[in-house]
Amino acid sequence: MSEFHLEPKPSGAIQRAAEQSVPVTGTEPSGFFTQLKGFWVTFSTMFKKPNTIEYPEVKPEVAPRFHGRHQLNRYEDGLEKCIGCELCAWACPADAIYVEGENNTEGNQISPGERHAKVYQINYLRCIFCGLCIEACPTRALTMTNEYEIADDSREKLIWEKEDLLAPLRAGMLMPPHPMYPESDHHNYYRNEIKESHPSQDTKAGGEK
Amino acid sequence: MSTQEIATETAVEMITLTIDGFEVSVPKGTLVIRAAEKLGIQIPRFCDHPLLDPVGACRQCLVEIEVNGRKFPKPQASCTIPVEPGMIVNTQLTSAVADKAQQGVMELLLINHPLDCPVCDKGGECPLQNQAMSNGREESRFEGTKRTFEKPINISSQVLLDRERCILCARCTRFSEQIAGDPFITLNERGALQQVGIYEKEPFESYFSGNTVQICPVGALTGASYRFRARPFDLISTPSACEHCASGCDMRTDVRRGKTLRRLAGDDAAVNEEWNCDKGRWAFKYVNAKDRITTPLIRDESGQLREASWPEALALAAKGLKENRSAVLVGGRATLEDAYGYSKFARIALNTNDIDFRSRATSKEEKNFLASHVVGTQVNYKDLDRADHVLLLGFEAEEESPIVFLRLYKQVKKRELKITAVAPFTSRGNKKLKAELISTQAGSEASAISKISNLSKKSVILIGERLSESSGAISAAVALATNSGAKLAWIPRRAGERGALEAGALSNLLPGARPVSDSAARVDLQAAWGVSSLPSNPGLDSDEIIKEVEKGNIGALLVGGVDPLDISPDYQAIMEKAFIVSLEIRQSAVTQIADVVLPVAAVVEKSGTFINWESRARFFEAAVPESLTRSDVRILSMLADEMGSSINLPTVSSARDEFNSLGTWHNRESFTPVSGESTKIANGKANLCSWRLLLDAGSLQDGENNLAGTAHPSVAIISKSRADSLGVTNGDQIKISTPRGEITLACQIDSIDEESVWVPRNSINSKVIESLGITSGEVSVVRA
Repeated sequence: MSEFHLEPKPSGAIQRAAEQSVPVTGTEPSGFFTQLKGFWVTFSTMFKKPNTIEYPEVKPEVAPRFHGRHQLNRYEDGLEKCIGCELCAWACPADAIYVEGENNTEGNQISPGERHAKVYQINYLRCIFCGLCIEACPTRALTMTNEYEIADDSREKLIWEKEDLLAPLRAGMLMPPHPMYPESDHHNYYRNEIKESHPSQDTKAGGEK
Repeated sequence: MSTQEIATETAVEMITLTIDGFEVSVPKGTLVIRAAEKLGIQIPRFCDHPLLDPVGACRQCLVEIEVNGRKFPKPQASCTIPVEPGMIVNTQLTSAVADKAQQGVMELLLINHPLDCPVCDKGGECPLQNQAMSNGREESRFEGTKRTFEKPINISSQVLLDRERCILCARCTRFSEQIAGDPFITLNERGALQQVGIYEKEPFESYFSGNTVQICPVGALTGASYRFRARPFDLISTPSACEHCASGCDMRTDVRRGKTLRRLAGDDAAVNEEWNCDKGRWAFKYVNAKDRITTPLIRDESGQLREASWPEALALAAKGLKENRSAVLVGGRATLEDAYGYSKFARIALNTNDIDFRSRATSKEEKNFLASHVVGTQVNYKDLDRADHVLLLGFEAEEESPIVFLRLYKQVKKRELKITAVAPFTSRGNKKLKAELISTQAGSEASAISKISNLSKKSVILIGERLSESSGAISAAVALATNSGAKLAWIPRRAGERGALEAGALSNLLPGARPVSDSAARVDLQAAWGVSSLPSNPGLDSDEIIKEVEKGNIGALLVGGVDPLDISPDYQAIMEKAFIVSLEIRQSAVTQIADVVLPVAAVVEKSGTFINWESRARFFEAAVPESLTRSDVRILSMLADEMGSSINLPTVSSARDEFNSLGTWHNRESFTPVSGESTKIANGKANLCSWRLLLDAGSLQDGENNLAGTAHPSVAIISKSRADSLGVTNGDQIKISTPRGEITLACQIDSIDEESVWVPRNSINSKVIESLGITSGEVSVVRA
């Protein structure tokens, strides 16, 4: 056996608290006023504003920067912002994100530039909504919405695929794959200089222009 | 050259110097950066590579140096300056000047390096990223526009170049010149316009281009197959061994979610140094091919294969093997443990010596040679490094064992090692080796070899597996080695052949080099295996086994990974007569005719050992351990149990332990020389010669189109005089035919032996065995 013994260092505060405490014996004085004091707490609550939220009938507003479920954003012409770089997966402390990158090819331009995400999954069983993925995203493709109703009844349904996470097509946006805007490259997209989809494309499919 | 290498090559004087206040002694000639490494001081660097000549291109390794009390006026590149006695070096750790210089160099490098790390494959394992963090400024002062290039450009179908990422370290260009000897990449222009470029007029012909991807310190060179596939943190890396050839490369296999995404060359200074060939690097997709077999299959009454349970398939296989006289064909791709399993299974469960691992053209002479001169012997890469003369017999180093080629090339470049090849013409690889040619027709090697006399004790004779196709040639080589004292080494093409030989998967050998003919060796093995008897009659070779099947004497075959088309176009039809149990990973010519097919694990899914030509064992663990498939030896053990004669090898490790405990027998079979005969070709005919190219139509290269894009084109090589007589010029189509069939290829005129014509053995449009039915001999050549 070792000759060392680790003992807790006696603390003055603990010592003092022990000295001042009164043991519970069951013979403390009781009386009518003591009981009334208890009833008063109950009674006064009746005149306070109730804390109850009528959820799910009434959905409360959350703070503007509330960390809700994720969204994969699009550029104005509908191309995806996500380049499949996996920096979000790298940043994720809960290992909730799985990404597989792929080449953009001539007939299959999903995002501007060379690379897009072929597979993008967020596992909401693991996600802790810390938002480090949002900080890591180099193209602002991944952001968080204020939506918080994610609960579901099976594990499979809680792994969200790219289709579930992608932002809806707004007016003027066209569903990828489609070519990049003429005479532009990914830098133009990144600087938000592209405001409409490729002129050769019929934007009616994506909505009113 | 590494410090170790310098120290072991010659007894050199040691030099003592001071680095950051610490004294260190290193061999003379060591570079300062290497001496600092010895102390554990990491000087940042990009262009420096221990296996390439110093160039001082990137200037990142600047340090302050003082010699004899005199300081260099400016910081010096530590990767180009050899140590000197009493030198005082101050790195970035102790010198503010060196630190500032390094930060300045880094800032300049980053001016033209794009900030596209999120789309760059190197991100996360990038020396530039890492060293920009450790030795760079925190904030950029650069406000201009960075240069851009069109990207990426294909150096080849498998290597992509992003020029804007290049920091001009010249590692890739030095590799291509100094290590591979292939001019496929170079630095163009000068000054600020300098960039890596390709030789547009030269055909891209390098088997080693993948190494440039691995040594590129930034993401300028990336592999097409791995592009955008994963990040380093996704990958689980496992040290592994290459299953393609007998060079024996150390490898690293990177797996993401059960799927191999890339393989890199490992670092084994004694074997592959830090290199490997493109086949080893990129040919791994066959594992996930669509025709992969995942469940046992049995042939039903209608003649169709149907899925079956393991017990059902094993029972049927055991019944078939028990009721007939059976033989075993192993194939050259088995690991040592699997080959040992086949060997023991044949001897105990089937009670026969009819087992052969050679699924190719063979001879009795070769079998005798393997049992007498190869099994249990060791010749290694060091012997090549020290040799005064290397003789290549039936062996094309670059095509059939590329790492042996790199070793030879290194010595040729370093000290003009003399190399002589006995072949019909000087191949591209041999031209790079500046090999002297002893021009010989296929089949007449014996007389050519017997005329060689200028070998010494320091010479090495390398015999390829193809030498067995020429009668008497091996005997002549053995005689030459005996007379000159030269070392003799046998280099098979497939990774498993040497291991199978050591494991006794041959009709005249038992495991551990025990000759079947030696009764003491048999008794020794009986005791080890705990059996009362072992078959003592000499077994049959693969050719004889097939002949006995044709005659109906052998009724069942156990076949593991053999393609009958590697031996003869007729064999599939003959083998169909027998009851066949096939252990395979994918659908093949054997599973088409098999009665029971048992799925086995591919190399990445199992552990095992490959023994390379040197007799060096390389053990590897499964890179995909979650795979449901099992190694051959496990299945053979189950099958033997089912047959009621147990071989007790339930796991790969038990097979390995048992094999290692057997040891090597001391006696060898005696060698009986065979006299050679020269080939006689009828007038107007030609003598066919062929060998396999490294990248060809082999089934282990399936599924990798980027790799196939750099295979050398299939051409038939003919002499000038034959071209004249046929009236063809370079590129014209010619037809090579035998009574069985024909091959039509574009011709290439070269200084080949007048009577010979060369074609690739198993390339696109050139399947020699399948089309012509022979590997060498008389063919007619006409204009197509």
